[in-house]
Amino acid sequence: MGLMTSGALRKGPLKPVGELLNYSRKYSLWMFQWGLACCAIEMGVALAGPRYDVMRLGVIPFPASPRQADLIVISGTVTDKMAPAIRRLYEQMPDPKYVISMGSCANCGGPYWDSYSVTKGIDQVIPVDVYVPGCPPRPEAFIQAIVMLQERIQHEDPADRWQGKGWEPIVVGQ
Amino acid sequence: MTAFDVDPKLYSPLADSHLNVELDTGDMVLNIGPQHPATHGTFRLVVRLDGERVIKADPVIGYMHRGYEKLTEYRTYPQVTTLINRIDWLSSFANEVPFIAAAEQLMGIEAPPRALYIRTILTEMARISTFLLFLGEMGLQVGAITPAFLGFRDREYPLNLIESATGGRFHPNFNRIGGIKDDLPWGWIAECRNTMRKMLDSCDIFEDLVLGNPIFQARTRGIGIIPAELGAAYGVSGSNIRASGVDWDLRRDGEPLLPYNEIDWKVWTHQDGDSYARYWVRLQETRESARMILHLLDQMPSGPIMAKVPRIIKVPQGETYVAAENPLGEMGYYIISKGATGPFRVKIRTASFSNVSIMPWLLQGIYVPDVITVLASLYFILGDIDK
Repeated sequence: MGLMTSGALRKGPLKPVGELLNYSRKYSLWMFQWGLACCAIEMGVALAGPRYDVMRLGVIPFPASPRQADLIVISGTVTDKMAPAIRRLYEQMPDPKYVISMGSCANCGGPYWDSYSVTKGIDQVIPVDVYVPGCPPRPEAFIQAIVMLQERIQHEDPADRWQGKGWEPIVVGQ
Repeated sequence: MTAFDVDPKLYSPLADSHLNVELDTGDMVLNIGPQHPATHGTFRLVVRLDGERVIKADPVIGYMHRGYEKLTEYRTYPQVTTLINRIDWLSSFANEVPFIAAAEQLMGIEAPPRALYIRTILTEMARISTFLLFLGEMGLQVGAITPAFLGFRDREYPLNLIESATGGRFHPNFNRIGGIKDDLPWGWIAECRNTMRKMLDSCDIFEDLVLGNPIFQARTRGIGIIPAELGAAYGVSGSNIRASGVDWDLRRDGEPLLPYNEIDWKVWTHQDGDSYARYWVRLQETRESARMILHLLDQMPSGPIMAKVPRIIKVPQGETYVAAENPLGEMGYYIISKGATGPFRVKIRTASFSNVSIMPWLLQGIYVPDVITVLASLYFILGDIDK
């Protein structure tokens, strides 16, 4: 961990080690599914369904708890009653951790932008890496989000991520 | 002797003598959810246990409350259709139909017969895709992962058809007051016939693979029995009450919103009322829906798909309640209109809310692993409970 956070893996003799590390993290994302609403069905289809099989990209969608997960997918409407639970489980995940916000509801409130009980955007609660627009997004869009996140992991400097330098979210289809 | 009246001698103060304490046989509280795969979303169940047996189960709802009834007051009628698609997100098309029918009743508009036929076909297709997910997922909850993959695979075929007809995989938003948005695309009817035959085959697969499986039968037979009178008193509807032997289906017995009386079909019931019966009834209804679609395609009338409707839709003053048979049960809308472009108040009667209200009674006295199978067999959608 010290090597990663000090940035020693990005330069000098240890650079190949850092790249190997990124490469292996990229293809072994353990994903915690936070299925909330309609998008959860599309996510389930994209992950488990035989038609859009996401396991071929190296994503393991069945960790039993957030403590084993690298990636959390918030798919669906987040209500004010649910938001504290999401924050709590996000904090239980080990670093480095990534967040995909799937669907308009999780991005910004979506069709419930004027509802009294819906949290307008999960980015008020946890930091988001990839936004997937759509209501619900097609499974292809979700798979695109996974691929874009994997590209980011490949070219990422763990030290910068640790310190939050140069960080900005990806928007699928932008 | 049941688990509740054990011999007191077994629990003597000497039971754990090396610690010199009496064993604590108090209740244990187990929290299922709000994020649990068996609950199809964010349903929380607080279960009080004595050993493996449930003493008391309290459902905690509201994690998916999005305030539909308030939001409808700020939307126009066509905008409300977009919202109510998302109440029961598996069968979006079926949600739209009673609302649109209620608005049409208040306005005194009648949709042309071809539009009604297309509505019926798409409603039944929504039913097939909803139930195929159930048929697969119920297998998953008893520990068999193969049916889930089969269910997901076969579900894509009706979704493809819905998408090619309406443009939306999940939320079609296809109904308009006075008809539907578009006519069916070229070649759709032939494709639909082929797919429905495929659906009949896949129902046979589920019947052999799941219903005939001795493990599945052991896990579901005689478990979670809903008596007919009690179920009716709780307001349980749809396949859940038909599995208890009540011969009641709004498609046949309710208001004739859609032309179900013009085709030949059957309401399936089962006498047992347990988890197995609910699976059996849904399987038969999936098959019946596929047959109904084949009948409807044969009799499809030609003609226009929209009635004459004013450009700006204003619904005259009045109130009405229209209910239809959703895949999950009775779904109804009570609309009060004050003559504006949007409704004054909409009360939404959703099926799952009434279906899960029986849960505290139903889960009492059963074992913990059976809680999951009973939850799965009741088949609720969280958006449908919390609204």
